Amino acid sequence: MTTEGVVSKRPARRRFAGLFHGRPRLQVAALLAGPSAWLVVLYLGSLVVLLITAFWTVDALSGEVIQGFSFENIEALLNEPVYRTIVWRTVRTAILVTLTDAVIAFPIAFYMAKVASRRGKALLVIAVLMPLWSSYLVKVLAWRTMLSQDGVINWALNPLGLHGPGYGLTAVWLVLSYLWLPYMILPIYAGLERIPDSLISASEDLGAAPFTTFRRVIFPLAFPAVVAGSIFTFSLTLGDFITVRLVSNSQFIGTVIASSITNDLPFAAALALVPIVVMIAYLAVARKLGAFEHV
Amino acid sequence: MRLSRRARGLLRFGVGVGMAFIYLPLLVIFIYAFNSSKILKWPPPGWTFEWFSKAFESESVRESLLTSVEAGAAATAIALLLGTLAAIAVARHRFFGRETVSFLVILPIALPGIVTGVALSNTFTQVLGISLSLLTVIVGHATFCIVVIYNNVVARLRRTSGSFEEASADLGASTWQTFRFVTFPSMKTALAAGALLAFALSFDEIIVTTFTIGAGEETLPIWIFRNLFRPKELPIVDAVAVIVILISIVPVYLAHRLSQESGGIAAGKGGGAAEVAEVTAAP
Repeated sequence: MTTEGVVSKRPARRRFAGLFHGRPRLQVAALLAGPSAWLVVLYLGSLVVLLITAFWTVDALSGEVIQGFSFENIEALLNEPVYRTIVWRTVRTAILVTLTDAVIAFPIAFYMAKVASRRGKALLVIAVLMPLWSSYLVKVLAWRTMLSQDGVINWALNPLGLHGPGYGLTAVWLVLSYLWLPYMILPIYAGLERIPDSLISASEDLGAAPFTTFRRVIFPLAFPAVVAGSIFTFSLTLGDFITVRLVSNSQFIGTVIASSITNDLPFAAALALVPIVVMIAYLAVARKLGAFEHV
Repeated sequence: MRLSRRARGLLRFGVGVGMAFIYLPLLVIFIYAFNSSKILKWPPPGWTFEWFSKAFESESVRESLLTSVEAGAAATAIALLLGTLAAIAVARHRFFGRETVSFLVILPIALPGIVTGVALSNTFTQVLGISLSLLTVIVGHATFCIVVIYNNVVARLRRTSGSFEEASADLGASTWQTFRFVTFPSMKTALAAGALLAFALSFDEIIVTTFTIGAGEETLPIWIFRNLFRPKELPIVDAVAVIVILISIVPVYLAHRLSQESGGIAAGKGGGAAEVAEVTAAP
């Protein structure tokens, strides 16, 4: 057979492959050597170094990094009111964006999962996926031009005697909600798909009005999926600095990290620990709420 | 579900508003790319193709496009190798710490990009003494692209039974032959879909790139970001933006055709939530 022919041409390869034959542990070790070198040594190692760097300082005169041990950065983060304000502003925006996305995403996901025809469903899935994958920066650019003084939003609102939000915190909230919306739609859609139709029919047959069915059956079952989606809207907002810079003058965790990385690397490292700590706390809460059980 | 006419109508209205919210900004960008005025004023006074030809003529656009393609291709190649190896190990073997592998693969996209960017840049410059360059960008991109390949291949391997591989081994095929003639053909399309998505992910990335790129280099997103603040360049930026959308949409559409796995295409982006959840719930 052809396979025989291939092998006889490559005896060395066969000997090499023979080494692994019947040795599952060796196979696993060989398979994982590369990935773990990359992800454990390089990536996890980098996160550990980041943690250590947070305790370093910068020489005030020369600007050189001093690799000592000091709580200076952590203390500054905890004690200086300006950083508390920035962290709270970032977290508050993350909460607002998450709630906004949940409210917009739910009807879309519900329609996709339980109301649309087979064809409509397939079309909607693609319609949600495509913008998810089209350039992040381009979408921010779109909003930047739309929100500008001469932009389409003011053009549409002026005849009504109204004025758009312009650049600022409202713009950040609006644009981030826009950017992360598909990240919320998809998990909710997946969660709703898993609810058997028979459960909904049973509720209806037992005389529940559509709203009652929604409130007592569908929403409780879909809630973990909403929480799963919120992990992304929350995490992505915490780390963003590009959008914040493009549509506002506000300081967020991300903008402070980005601007301090060249002058004060240890402080940037200390600040980067904030999203990590917040995300760990968030994941713990999400787990309690059952976000990971049905997915 | 049985819905009243009014409820159905309200729901349709909600979906319509949501979809308009998603697509109107993209439409605005497309319209502005053909706008004849140098100022992005609404409504555009006239139409032109000038910005596209200017974009294609621009040396810096062509260079940054090339840099982006290089970075994307190299990162995808590394991710293909590492993601496939990890996927085979997890899907076809049982060993201590199997769940940890999935967790590790997902971590770079579960944490905010800024954390990955700062951590890697810090390690390169402070610990390894490497100066930032295109190479460090590729390392950064490969780190978060592994998950896309991994998810696609694991999904495929879970659907194809391991008994084919056992049969192949029983019939006397070596480990390599089994891989070459049984495992590989069954995951070929999953690899292609994963590679397309990994490339799209890298092509669009800006946050990790900002922290890991050398002073003299620009990827296309970095070019766009730097020129956004120059009013004179804005119409060209807009034309480039349209080109970027088209370049990133094509691989995603192809990947969607290639992989019909549920969540395959969303892996690494929205569907990542499902993976994070699965992994955290695993032990």
